[in-house]
Parts: sequence; C-alpha cells; structure tokens
Amino acid sequence: MRRFHGLAAACTAALLLAACGGDDSKKADSSAKEGFDRNPYPSTYQPYPNDPVLITNATILDGEGNLIEDGSLLLKDGKISAIGSDIKAPDGVETIDASGRWVTPGIIDNHSHLGVYPSPGVSAHGDGNEISAPVTAEVWSEHGVWPQDPGFTRAIAGGITSMQVLPGSANLFGGRGVILKNVPSRTVQGMKFPDAPYTLKMACGENPKRVYGYGAGRFPGGAPYSRMGNVAGYRQAWIKAAEYKRKWDKFADEGGEPPARDLELDTLAGVLNGDILVHMHCYRADEMAQIMDMSKEFGYKVASFHHAVESYKIADKLADYGACSSMWADWWGFKMEAYDGVRENIPLVHKAGACAIVHSDSDVGIQRLNQEAAKAWSDGQKAGIDIPKEVAWTWLSLNPAKSLGIEDRTGSLKPGKMADVVIWSGDPFSVYTKADQVFIDGALMFDRDHPETNPVMDFELGQPGEGDRK
Amino acid sequence: MIRTLFASVAAIGLAAAPALAETIVLRGETVWTGTAQGTIPNGVVVIEDDRIVTVGGENTEVPDGATEISAAWVTPGLIAAFSRTGLVEVSAEDSTNDTMAANSKFSTSLNAADGFNPDATAVDITRIEGFTRLVVAPNTGNTIFAGQGFVADTSGDLDADIDAQAFSFIKLGESGAGLAGGSRQSAMAMLRAALDDARTYPARYLTHNEGAALNRLDALSFSTAARGQQLMVIQASRASDLNAVMDLAEEYPNLDIIIVGADEAWRVADRLAIMDIPVIINAFSNLPSSFEQLAATSENAARLADAGVTFAIANIGDESHQARLAPQLAGNAVANGLSSDDALAALTTAPADIFGLTGFGRLAPGAHADVVAWDGDPLEVVSSPTAVIIAGEAQSLESRQTRLRDRYLSLDESERPRAYSRP
Repeated sequence: MRRFHGLAAACTAALLLAACGGDDSKKADSSAKEGFDRNPYPSTYQPYPNDPVLITNATILDGEGNLIEDGSLLLKDGKISAIGSDIKAPDGVETIDASGRWVTPGIIDNHSHLGVYPSPGVSAHGDGNEISAPVTAEVWSEHGVWPQDPGFTRAIAGGITSMQVLPGSANLFGGRGVILKNVPSRTVQGMKFPDAPYTLKMACGENPKRVYGYGAGRFPGGAPYSRMGNVAGYRQAWIKAAEYKRKWDKFADEGGEPPARDLELDTLAGVLNGDILVHMHCYRADEMAQIMDMSKEFGYKVASFHHAVESYKIADKLADYGACSSMWADWWGFKMEAYDGVRENIPLVHKAGACAIVHSDSDVGIQRLNQEAAKAWSDGQKAGIDIPKEVAWTWLSLNPAKSLGIEDRTGSLKPGKMADVVIWSGDPFSVYTKADQVFIDGALMFDRDHPETNPVMDFELGQPGEGDRK
Repeated sequence: MIRTLFASVAAIGLAAAPALAETIVLRGETVWTGTAQGTIPNGVVVIEDDRIVTVGGENTEVPDGATEISAAWVTPGLIAAFSRTGLVEVSAEDSTNDTMAANSKFSTSLNAADGFNPDATAVDITRIEGFTRLVVAPNTGNTIFAGQGFVADTSGDLDADIDAQAFSFIKLGESGAGLAGGSRQSAMAMLRAALDDARTYPARYLTHNEGAALNRLDALSFSTAARGQQLMVIQASRASDLNAVMDLAEEYPNLDIIIVGADEAWRVADRLAIMDIPVIINAFSNLPSSFEQLAATSENAARLADAGVTFAIANIGDESHQARLAPQLAGNAVANGLSSDDALAALTTAPADIFGLTGFGRLAPGAHADVVAWDGDPLEVVSSPTAVIIAGEAQSLESRQTRLRDRYLSLDESERPRAYSRP
C-alpha cells in the first residue's frame, strides 16, 4: 500500500483502490514494509447470485443530476450495464415494467448507528460509544456491530443499500467507522463494503465537554471541560499522531526495528496518511470554521461535518474548503448547539456550491431519507432556491458516497458501478411512495410484495409480529 | 367518543375574541371538513369573529367586504394530540426545561399549565406548520405520576387560550415499572394505591398528611381523575399492558382513560373498540425498540381504524420541538393502509373528540374558527400552510427559524456583517 502524504480527499478520487485498500494480495506483499496488517478484519461480502434485469418505462433519477423519462436500466453481472431511453432487452433477460414508478440509485446513509445501538435498545446492547476516555481513536465500530439488528431490515425497506456505522459522539475522537452493504449476514465482515476506506469519528462542542468535563455530575470532572479544552485535546492528539507517523515513515524508508504499535495512533496516523476519512460531528458554524483551520494545521481534511445544523451560516466557507455537510431536514432545539436549526439548511448549503448530504443518525429516520430530502427540497423551493429533484437526489446517494470514498463504485447509475438500485412505487419525493424493490449488487434483496424477499432477523423469529408488515 | 369537559373553553374563547368583527372567506380547491359534509371540491368556509358560520360549495353566498383567502386545501387547524411544546426551550438545558421535575416532592398535583410559555420558540414553529391547538403533557420525574396536562392554542399570545388541568398523565409499562420500584406490578400497585388515596380524600387525610401513595395535595389533585371527572392519559405499549389497563378500566368503570403509545394496540384492537378506549399512537413505530414493542408495525393505525378504535396520531418521541411532524407520520400511515380521511381525522377531529374539545377539529357552522389553508395535500411532506387562523384571527407565519433563514439567504458581508441584517 502506498502512502499518501496529501489530503484525505485524494483517497476519494480515482486512486482510491491504491490508496485505500483494494487488492488484498498486493497488501500482503507490502505488509512487511508496512510492519503490520492494515486490514485484519477484511470484508467477506460477496454479491448474491443475480440474473440480468431490464427495468423499463421508469422515471429514472440517475443520481448524477439527470432525469430520464420513460427510461430503461439494465442490470447485469451485479453492475449497472446500460441506462437510457431505448435499451433493448438481451435475449432471455427478465424485464420489469416500471410504468408510473421511479428508479434511483440506492440511498446511502453516512450516519447510522444500526448494529451498535440496535433494537431492542436494552442495556446490554449499548455498544456504540466507548465513553471511557475523551480520545478513543483505538476503537472500531465494527467490533460493536450486532448484525442481527432488526433495524437493518427496516432500512432496506426504505431503499438503503449502504451505510456508514459510526461510533457515538461523546468523545473528541470516538473511533473508527465502518461502511456496510445493507445485506443481512451472520457476521459484520459479511456486510463490510469491500475495499472501502476506514473513517474516523470526531466530535465538536457540547458532547465531549459535557461527558468528561462535568463527569456525569461529578464536579469537577476531567478534561475537556470547555470548547477550549476540546480543541486542545484534538491538537495534542494530532501532535502525538504526527510523531508516530514520522517513526513509521522512517521505518518504511529505512527499515530496521519497527516502532512500537499504538492502536490509537494507528488510526490517527492513518488520517494523516490520507488513508482514513474524518467524519466530524459539529453543529455550530464557528466551530466548523475552527476545525477547518485545525485540519490545515495538521495536514488532513474533514470529509464531512455531521449534523452541521449551522452549515447554512458558513456555506460559502464550506464550499471553499471542500467539506460535505451531513444534515437532518429539520431537527432542532434538543440542545443549545442545535438551537439555530432551519428547515432550509440543506438547500442553502447546496446553493452555496458546497456538498450537501441528508443523513439520519436514527433507526427511524433511516427508513425514509427520501422524505427528509423531499422536505428540504420543498422548503428550499419555497425560499426561492430552485433545485431540480434529479439534482437534489445527489444528497442521498452520490454525495454520501463521495464522503465515504466509494463514489467510484456506487452512488449513481453510471454503467460499471454496482447495481445498487431502488424501484419506487412513485415519486420518491412523496410521503405516499415506498420502495417496491431494492437491488444490491444486482441481487433483489427486498421486494415489498413478496414476503420471502423480506429479511427477518434472528431476534424477531418466534416473537410477536414475526414477518409482519413493518 | 365525544367528551364534554371542555365547555369552559367556549367562554374563554369568546373572551379572547378580537374586539372588531372580522369576516374571512377561505376558498379551497379541496376543503376537508371532518364532518358529514366530507371533502368539498372548490369549497368555501366563512368565518365571522371567532366562529365558522358557513361551510359549503363554490356557490356559497359570502358576505361583502370579507378578507378572501384562496388555497389548494383548507382544513381544520391541526391539534397536536400529545406534545410538550411550550414547556421547554432547549431540551438539554435544565434551566429552560419545565417538562419534568425529578426532585419534586409532588406528583399528581404538578400542573403543567403553570410552566407553559407562549413565547417558547417551538410554539411559533409548530403553529406555522398548521397546528392551532396543543395538548401538552408533563413528563414523569420520580414517580409514575407526571402531573396534569393542558390544552392551549398556538397563538403565542401571552393571554393564549388555555384549558388547564385537562388530564392527568401516568406511565405504566416498562417506564412505569422503573419509576415505581422495578416491576409492572409495583407500578400497578402504586396506581391502585393512588386511586384509593384520591377517592377517599379528604377523609383519609384528616389526621395524616400522607396516604398510601400520595400526599395531601397530590391526593386532592388526583381526586378528579380518580372519580372520573378528569381524563386519565396512561402510557403503555405492550399488548399485555394494554390488557392490564383495560382490566383496570373494568375494575374502576368510572375512569375516563386514554392510552398513549399503544404500539401493540392492533393486537387488542377489538377490546379497545368495545370498551371505547381511545389511543394516541406514533405512526412511525415499527421497530422492536424495546421488549414492549416487539409487534410494532406501521400498519397499527390502519388496523385500529378497521377495528373501529378511536385514535389520534402524534410524534411521540420528540413531542416538544417536533410535534409539527405529525402530518408526516399520518401520511406514512396512509402509505401503510390508512385512509386519507382517517389520517386527517387523526390530526383533527379525533384528538378533539378524545380530549373533549367541543367545537374544535372540524369545519362546521358554529365551530371555533381554527382553520388552516395549505398549498397542497396537508399530509404530503412537500406541503405547507399558507394561512393559519386561530379563533378567527390570521396568525403570523414567521418564526425564529424563518428569521434566521432570511438573514442567511445571502452570505454577503461586503458592506456589513450579517448581524446587521434583519429582513
């Protein structure tokens, strides 16, 4: 694996395979020089068997900003094979007449806690946040994911084909996130998006200082106690990470005795190397501006600010910097840093030329992110921000894919990409529309009207409501 | 179920009416009345002072000189059937949060109307999404008894129309078990003891200040609900818990019970219908979020409607700031089998009937003039109100959020910082 000393954004470009994982055999060859295995819990996900399918007569949003009326889409060998208005079905290929229905790329939620805060939300299931210290960059969310979370099945019924599962936001550095295909599996490895980059969850503002500074009611608690302490905490960690990185760079260049491993610094150095993408929980505009400066100070880049309730106040600066904002349509007021929420946040960010993403952070919201986008789209229209629906869909698929470094493989209906596709019962900007069929890598993984194609997790077997309409 | 405890509101409503008679004519391409008139295409609603005087078709005679409002849809003002709006400004800031009192020595006597702030930003923010009335419940602190909720208009006026002590709110099920000492049976014992205390008030308190469950003031406050003279809203979700509530209702036949939560209500829907016990549900609930919600389904509403249960839909879970999302929940219930009529009723006529709000929740001659004009189907996520009328007065469609939006529609600071912009 080559090292990237530049910004993490490099990881999201065409060089992704080289920079962020990719060919496992190459990795094995280079592991001697690397000193240790960067991918010890590799994906075992394989696309399920699928036959070619031609979807016809659909209103297609291609995910890249285009709308095709009476469109056709050919899925073959798990990939998007062709898209257009006049595609002939190859011999023997199943055709789905989608008259009156809409077709889009699968939705990608880049902020989920499915699996780490699963249903039922009993105390034994609280595996989403290692609150034991303000810096826990050493933990990986995949080690807390319970693949039997029934929430995954509700999400697929909402057209979710991939998601990022993040650790919680108590800590300055919460740990690594993991990108999953929304395909049920006995193991989390069986869900991991192949060769996706790792991500790092960080958090601004109230959460870290409340959890540590106030010590859950014990006064005085530890650090950080204030937003000043938050930033000092990040900077101290980055200084340590830079030193750690220098040692490993020297080892890679000169050989000799490998430096001592430090799990926490492995992750932080991975960010400085450009291998790991930073996803930062941050509500307030002024704090995001400080974080952007801090990232320049240490030579990395924030892939996306999450929640970003005040992004509309600095949308121009976010556009200049090149960070995405992962936002709710309308959440507000539950804490002080969420007080200035406005319903037009998402369209205002988009209007400024910055990357806008609709995220859920919720096992309820993830089931209808299309409706959340619709609300934001509509509120934007009414405020004079005219964004076509086909462009607004980038908030749901392509932009989150970019923020996760997987946009070369999914997030739009471009030929060659993974056939992650949803057939909607109608216009997905309507409350009445539902996902009829969901394809992941070309395999039909959800079909609303066929109970045998509705997954039921172990937890729900033998319980009241098993296999019911959900 | 029509309740009549709200007679006093009519008098208050009249007292708060504007001094000058005003006549408003609303014309809707679709007028949903919530009455036997059904849905009227190209309908007309005429308001005089604080009352609706006429509801009819396009040829309805209208008075001269009226203010005319045209819209795609006209409906009764929505009623937030279970909210905490106006009790809290910022949830996580205790100094601004009057939803609960974990350290109070009182319980059933906590009167949420004492904490209502018509200036709370959430009131405007909820009103401009089409809500004209809020049913506001306190939350529980250290017992199963949260205290007494109220009904208020969303005008944001300091003299807002408030019906205090409209109901008592009590938690059973998992939450109740935790609050009552650790088990469902301890919660039920606590409730029975409190009913006993309150029903024997004041005799039991002649020589003592403390009863088996309630102190003197709490027993006095709970005595109206315990004697069936005040609504009792009980939170429960699991089918067996709903049966336990219905068993209690049979044991104490004078209690006037409403169940909130009721995620598994569809499993006991026939009994709820026979006993005429209404429920308030969260139509999004479809996850086994706890062991008392294993059979939660987004078809709960549709199945309750089929069984003839009276039900309202509310955004239970974020009741303070996002009560405004109930139409989205109702729209999703339609996507899961509920009729559009029943969904609109679950936001208007049903909560009015459940809480005894006579003359609210419907467009009918003589009804209170809480009316909303919409730019589209109110259940659609892309629709929003173009006019909100409370007691005959057109309300502002501004909120702190719209002011913030308007300030930041432009980020230009070449002349002055944004802080100087107040569009």
